[in-house]
Amino acid sequence: METNLYDENTLLMLDGNAAAGVLYEIFSVEMTVAPARCAGCGREGELGSLKAFMQGPGVILRCPTCGSVVLRIVQTPSVTYVDARGAAFLCIPRTP
Amino acid sequence: MSSANRRAIDWQVASVKAVRRETPRVVTFTLTLPYPTPHRAGQHYDIRLTAPDGYQAQRSYSVASEPERTGEIDLTVERIEDGEVSTYLHDVLVPGDQIEVRGPIGGYFVWEASLGGPLLLVAGGSGIAPLMSMIRHRCAAGSTVPTRLLYSARTYDDIIYRQELNHLQHTQSGLEIIYTLTRAQPPGWAGYARRIDAAMLSEVAAPLLELAKGSLRTYVCGPTMMVETTAGALFAAGIPAEQIRTERFGPTGG
Repeated sequence: METNLYDENTLLMLDGNAAAGVLYEIFSVEMTVAPARCAGCGREGELGSLKAFMQGPGVILRCPTCGSVVLRIVQTPSVTYVDARGAAFLCIPRTP
Repeated sequence: MSSANRRAIDWQVASVKAVRRETPRVVTFTLTLPYPTPHRAGQHYDIRLTAPDGYQAQRSYSVASEPERTGEIDLTVERIEDGEVSTYLHDVLVPGDQIEVRGPIGGYFVWEASLGGPLLLVAGGSGIAPLMSMIRHRCAAGSTVPTRLLYSARTYDDIIYRQELNHLQHTQSGLEIIYTLTRAQPPGWAGYARRIDAAMLSEVAAPLLELAKGSLRTYVCGPTMMVETTAGALFAAGIPAEQIRTERFGPTGG
């Protein structure tokens, strides 16, 4: 993903680890090491390797290769929306 | 709540055991936990403050202590001028106080001795915190993997853990620490005196790359611009992306 140091979006970008807390809340397991495939370009990698944008109303995780949104999470007082259409799959660890 | 069903992501009330000033802007809080879980070096805890009117603010802080030091954790916090949480921690919190935390969290930006090296650690300001956990763990685990820390600080007095780092450098086999002081240097300073750039990284990484480029692991933590510059330079130097792990603070820091 091309990044420009003078672009506001680059400055707001965090590493996938920044979303570790909210991901753990939803899936009840450490998700930063969970493999996922980008539906946009096919890149496979751990969720921790995605780029996180946390400034908006929700959390967005983008593919570091093609920039498309892999996961979008919005939390309201009563529900949590998870939009995972940008992920061809998520591989969620099972607790033994 | 039964401990059997407890997740690391569930909130618990920690107690402040000690507060230690590291530099004019930075303090380390030692917390004891009712539900301690050994962390992995590089993981973080979230702190949550709740105001009387119910308003909540939450921030993440890397654990600076080593996993081998069980039952308590060190969180090193830089006081950010308009920071909602850091100003409270610095200006109000004292030993004996309690604070809501959850963790340990994060599986991507971690290092443990079993992963091996060599290791290149690059820290900008308070980004040293998770890398310090790795260095302390390396020491506690008796690891001798060749390790170089490049640490960027504004001035000599802003070097967090300075005494301990100097001590470790002299006593730990295979550990080298290189500082760059970006704003002001003490008289006679012969080290780097500028922001981290590609040329500096190239010089610092060279001996490790020569040693074992294929197994070199790099961890970079600090403000966004510094992490961006560093990651780009390391990638351009031929280190594969999977071997470069980054943790950026965001535009304003932690």
